[in-house]
Amino acid sequence: MSGHSAYQPQSAFMKWMERRLPIAGLVHSSFVAYPTPRNLNYWWTFGGILSFLLGAQIITGIILVMHYTPQADMAFDSVEHIMRDVNYGWLLRYLHANGASMFFVAVYIHIVRGMYYGSYKEPREVLWILGVILYLLMMATGFLGYTLPWGQMSFWGATVITNFFSAIPVVGESVVTWLWGGYGVGNPTLQRFFSLHYLLPFVIAGVVVLHVWALHVVGQNNPTGVEPKTEKDTVAFTPYATAKDSFMMVCFCVVFAWFVFYVPNYLGHADNYIPANPAVTPNHIVPEWYYLPFYAILRAIPNKLMGVIALFGSIGILAFLPWLDTSKVRSANYRPLYRQFFWIFVAVCLGLGYLGSKPPEGGYVLAARILTFYYFAHFLIILPVLGLVERTKPLPNSISESILASKRAAN
Amino acid sequence: MTASSAEPTRRDFLYIATGAVGAIGAAATLVPLVAQMNPDASTIAAGAPVEIDLSPITEGQIVKVFWRSKPIFIFHRAKKDIDAARNVDWHTLPDPESDADRVKKGHDEWLVVIGICTHLGCIPLAHQGNYDGWFCPCHGSQYDSAGRIRQGPAPKNLYLPPYKFVADSKIRIGEDETSKA
Repeated sequence: MSGHSAYQPQSAFMKWMERRLPIAGLVHSSFVAYPTPRNLNYWWTFGGILSFLLGAQIITGIILVMHYTPQADMAFDSVEHIMRDVNYGWLLRYLHANGASMFFVAVYIHIVRGMYYGSYKEPREVLWILGVILYLLMMATGFLGYTLPWGQMSFWGATVITNFFSAIPVVGESVVTWLWGGYGVGNPTLQRFFSLHYLLPFVIAGVVVLHVWALHVVGQNNPTGVEPKTEKDTVAFTPYATAKDSFMMVCFCVVFAWFVFYVPNYLGHADNYIPANPAVTPNHIVPEWYYLPFYAILRAIPNKLMGVIALFGSIGILAFLPWLDTSKVRSANYRPLYRQFFWIFVAVCLGLGYLGSKPPEGGYVLAARILTFYYFAHFLIILPVLGLVERTKPLPNSISESILASKRAAN
Repeated sequence: MTASSAEPTRRDFLYIATGAVGAIGAAATLVPLVAQMNPDASTIAAGAPVEIDLSPITEGQIVKVFWRSKPIFIFHRAKKDIDAARNVDWHTLPDPESDADRVKKGHDEWLVVIGICTHLGCIPLAHQGNYDGWFCPCHGSQYDSAGRIRQGPAPKNLYLPPYKFVADSKIRIGEDETSKA
């Protein structure tokens, strides 16, 4: 994907193949000879980790489907069957359920890294927007998958989320009936959610190809935010980036394995081990942890339609980030004011996540309103103004100059 | 080679005709693709009206029955519940509606509502909250003894299902006085 390939096929077979389907050359130019900035740190390894997790989720998911029954009367029991009877079924299900959480851990680190180093700025706007689309697809996939065990949280989570659409004026109720395929969440809902949950990961894989394609057209950003200028600024993807990515991936898998083997239900809810009951709503319903900040925003707004708009707006606004941030300097390392606001923003998101897990009463509601206001103000007021008034630090002339300067400073 | 005149050719005609037929065909194909997601015939059949005998429901009791997979609350209201619902200035409520408009004439003691919070679809808990009606545990909406929203994020009162009294102590949920028998 980066112009002419330097790939030289060695064997007679590969020479024959390369003239007919130059796939080895494509892989070579994309993942071997591809030049990466030489100063990438470990925060740049999460793209690889995310690709790995997508593959892991697809493999465990396909296997789970061999034992799962997407029918309202049998779904819950078939999940228990997987947990108790299927060989290693407990392991595969815990890998899949915790894999979803790990997927979101990795994607949040990946997004926050992009925000800190300004990776969304010209010419990477399309790359960034494809990332926002991937994030939205992930959220949809996670929600659909959470419905499938057909426990209490599955059922009522599906009810609450599909009811977002009832906020649409005039046609809302008809849209929701259409989504359900009935007068409430029921078997038709479960079956279509299963179908879509199986479909979306492959849509994600397709958009990932576009995301990587766009990345390889514009090249990676790096901690200085200064584009590579000469060959001295880059190193070959293999072995340098592959080694760094692999090392971090293994470290990440240690954390993943710790969740799977030691606290496999820590990130879930006990209520989901109660079969779905359309007659009783659990007393405290909360979404999975990765949706909590958005759930807090929904509940902070005392009007149903506006709450739903704010919820979708808080995600949609990310797509406009390349234009809301008016600063020409990419990396927060050279933006002393932005760096402080960036960390406040991260704290606000964590705070919203905490508030989303709390009941909607008293001080929690007030705090959620303040943080919701700040969340939107960060994008709509702080970022546009900051770019105009901030005095940024001088940028290095090149990546290699910044490395030499830091080496000198260290000596 | 066509001349540069504006005279339409046979190919121009075929482009437009093919495009028009193709667009109509594509739109017509979308109809079944979209419509299959709506409730199917068996779901609609299972949603036929149901008759409920009210005589076992004692005063103050709220029972939950199901119609079209929706819980229906039937509240046998005591006099104090009716008074509480009628002694407020209903014009000032978030979704203004008088208590008399929410019950059938001559059956003031029977409140029949769809037991689904109008916010995001949870089932409110009976006899809880500040208004002696219902309290929704999901996002804190509170309803009074007429099922009207009094506090919280829900925009509407609890909806009324279509129903009618077929005898003094029997109702049929799923059709009202205006529907044909």
